[in-house]
Amino acid sequence: MTEAVFYVFAACAVATASMCVLSRSAMSAVLWLTATMLSLAALYVLLGAEFVAAIQVLVYAGAVMVLFLFVVMLLNLGHPTTDMRGPAAMAATVVIAGLLAIQLFALWSYSPDRLAAEIAQAPEFSDPASLFAAGQATRDDAVARGVVGAVAAPLFEVYLVPFEITSILLLTAIVGAVVLAKRKI
Amino acid sequence: MIASQWVWLAVAFPLAGFLVNGALALRRAPATTAVSIVGPGVLLAAFAVSLGIFFGLLRDPPHQPHMVPLWSWMPVGSLDVTLAFQVDQLSTVMLLVVTGVGSLIHLFSVGYMREDPGYARYFAYLNLFVVFMLVLVLGSNLPTLFIGWEGVGLCSYLLIGFWFSEKANADAGKKAFIMNRIGDFGVLAAMFLLWRELGTLEFADIAARAPAGLAPGGAIVTLITLFLFLGCTGKSAQIPLYTWLPDAMAGPTPVSALIHAATMVTAGVYLVARTNVLFAMAPLSSALVAGVGAVTALFAATIALRQYDIKKVLAYSTVSQLGYMFLGVGSAAFAGGIFHLVTHAFFKALLFLGAGSVIHAMHHAYHATHSHEDAQDMRNMGGLRQHMPVTFWLMTIATLAIAGIPPFSGFFSKDEILASAFARGAEMPVYYVFYAFGLAAALLTAFYMARLIAMTFLGDNRSGAEERRHLYEAPWIMTGPLLVLGILSVIGGVINLPVFAGGHHALEGWLEPVTAAGAAFARVELPHGSTELALVGGAVLVGAVGLLLGYRATLTRKTPPAREAPADTGLALVLNRKYYVDEIYDAAVVRPLVWLSRVVLWKGVDQGLIDGAAVNGSARVSRGFGWLGSRLQTGQVGVYVVFFLVGALWILRAMIR
Amino acid sequence: MTDGMALLGPALGLSAILFSLGVAGVLLRRNVIVLFVCIELMLNAVNLTFVALAQLHGASGQVMVFFVMTVAAAEAAVGLAIILAIFRHKQSVDLQNINLLRG
Repeated sequence: MTEAVFYVFAACAVATASMCVLSRSAMSAVLWLTATMLSLAALYVLLGAEFVAAIQVLVYAGAVMVLFLFVVMLLNLGHPTTDMRGPAAMAATVVIAGLLAIQLFALWSYSPDRLAAEIAQAPEFSDPASLFAAGQATRDDAVARGVVGAVAAPLFEVYLVPFEITSILLLTAIVGAVVLAKRKI
Repeated sequence: MIASQWVWLAVAFPLAGFLVNGALALRRAPATTAVSIVGPGVLLAAFAVSLGIFFGLLRDPPHQPHMVPLWSWMPVGSLDVTLAFQVDQLSTVMLLVVTGVGSLIHLFSVGYMREDPGYARYFAYLNLFVVFMLVLVLGSNLPTLFIGWEGVGLCSYLLIGFWFSEKANADAGKKAFIMNRIGDFGVLAAMFLLWRELGTLEFADIAARAPAGLAPGGAIVTLITLFLFLGCTGKSAQIPLYTWLPDAMAGPTPVSALIHAATMVTAGVYLVARTNVLFAMAPLSSALVAGVGAVTALFAATIALRQYDIKKVLAYSTVSQLGYMFLGVGSAAFAGGIFHLVTHAFFKALLFLGAGSVIHAMHHAYHATHSHEDAQDMRNMGGLRQHMPVTFWLMTIATLAIAGIPPFSGFFSKDEILASAFARGAEMPVYYVFYAFGLAAALLTAFYMARLIAMTFLGDNRSGAEERRHLYEAPWIMTGPLLVLGILSVIGGVINLPVFAGGHHALEGWLEPVTAAGAAFARVELPHGSTELALVGGAVLVGAVGLLLGYRATLTRKTPPAREAPADTGLALVLNRKYYVDEIYDAAVVRPLVWLSRVVLWKGVDQGLIDGAAVNGSARVSRGFGWLGSRLQTGQVGVYVVFFLVGALWILRAMIR
Repeated sequence: MTDGMALLGPALGLSAILFSLGVAGVLLRRNVIVLFVCIELMLNAVNLTFVALAQLHGASGQVMVFFVMTVAAAEAAVGLAIILAIFRHKQSVDLQNINLLRG
């Protein structure tokens, strides 16, 4: 059952992403991407990351995409002709993206067992449950404290300093965006 | 012993004189009086120090040289060159000659150079020369000697080109400097070889280790001595590197007397005597030294026959006499060579200073009448005896000395050299040839010296009626040193009187500790009895005949003044043009070298290869690469993305396998 | 082992597809805004791998997704501001007209 749902949403994500890449206008590209993100949010739920899924919907599909839409509308590009590149670029795209896909497609065959076997050649580590104890612990934590608690604990304990640094990054981004976008300071 | 420790004072005095005179030379106002006191004064002080050392040694003759280390100069690994002076019998002799004759020449210079605008500069150079000359003769090892060796070369260059505003003088200085470089290469090579073979550069250690460390007559010691002798041919103006010395007469005459007759040019003889053990161990090299000396003696004497410039005659005479000295040291008569060095310093300095006195007078006479005749050309002189009697008599004494007429000093030294060469002939018959060369050179020497005296002082005066009234004897400051040198030329022989003259070879005995190492390998037994007397008689006869012939040949013919003289022809022209050796060198060495430097090295290698290919070429190549790189910078983000992704793919390929 | 764990391989494969699509978009399009959209797509693909592997390695992966989102938000804000500035200057968002880096 879970797998079937996964594949449905995966197909959704691929389809919407393709539309995003191929759609003529910027507006529709942004909207298609929003759809991709929503599909991904569903996948996150299936992969046991409910909190991330919520954030994906709220922040990404909500805030960031709205920002894109604002800009698209602000520029008021009208009805542009296609901005696809010519046949040479098309060929290069096919080759490069194809090679990349082939290389990355090796990831498809990965399962926890195979990862465990590759990480530790020794037979005693071949049990993924023992090797990936952290994943199990998180799941147990999520059961005990709820999914938000399971993520919040490492975020505010282990990754506290990087977390604080991101606040500075965001502040910088705000100032930078204001400076760049304003006509006169 | 105590006195020897103060030997550095002998060097320090002239050095101080150089500094003071050098400082005075930089002043705008001439400080003639101060220079006149400081310049000769420091030399006299150095001479006093030398006398003190000499008497100290005389009282207690040491078997080992007294070492006076000053400081460690080059402590590099196992090579530890100390800047050190050594006081022994040989260096004391040189010390006395350099400071003694040097003092007299300095005094003479006061009169000769007084009116020159570069008076202070002149004495600064002269003092500096004495400093380096003393370092040369006092150095206890080859590197220290080499400092002096190079330093006297530098001073020689500076003083030859003293009147550098005339290009010919500056060129003569450069010629001397460059020819000496060739010889210096030999000295350096010999040093390297000695260091490799014996591991020492100290003279005392060389004398001690060479007998065991080198094979007598072997290739190594022969090579070392040949390299050393190459240096000597440069410094002491022997074939093939002698051509710079006649040109060096471009300098002031006292300089010619001090540097190019009495002291510096004898450095080669000193070097051979100092390293006598090496030469004694290499009979082949010794024969070459003697041969080159004999050939040079004869060759230069023939050139001197047809020179008209009074200083040129003396210059070739010096080359010839230096050849004698090398004939002596090459015949293992190291003491004999040094003996001739000393007596030659006396009479040749006298001759040069006398010539200087003559030139001084001629110059003033021409100056008074605003004439532009050559004040050094003997054809313009004649009959000067009436005008400058003191100079005439003193130069006559020197002439008799150089011609080898007893009892003048040159007779004893020359005789000893010829006798040594003859004695060596018993072992190596080729020395008989050298002896014959030496004898022939003695004949020619007497001939050209008689010609010089006759042309200059005897006969009719050819300088012109007006000039004649302005010819005066030089002032006492110039004739005084001449007088002292004259006395020394007469009695100089007493330092090494042979047995037949009632002596006991005093100088030879004095130098015994220095030459003992060499005498172990090559000892010259001077002939005794009738052979000796026959040799002496022959030499005297040859000298007397030469004098008579030269006198007659000059005075029986009428010599026209230089401006009316007909051009020389035939053999006379060849001799007058010095066998065209300068021209041959120019065509064989200088021009090809200039061509090589200019066309190949400059235009070809430097401008073509280095500038063109290497410097500009590399710039062009990098600019080309820069241009190629700039083609990549299209400004199109798409292109950048493609590059980036290709790189990313490449990395990914390496990571995923 | 939960059901999600079995989805590790497919999730990684999907992320590969999405990433390649993003790359293709960047290569294909000239519109700067669409380019940015494609970059967001690639970031999302990476996020997917983080979440998938978080099943094995614990919550760290999910935390990393937060950081990626933060950076993406900042990048989008600044990037879009730059696009606005360029547009004001050139009246275009077509990459062919923007070649200030040309050597």
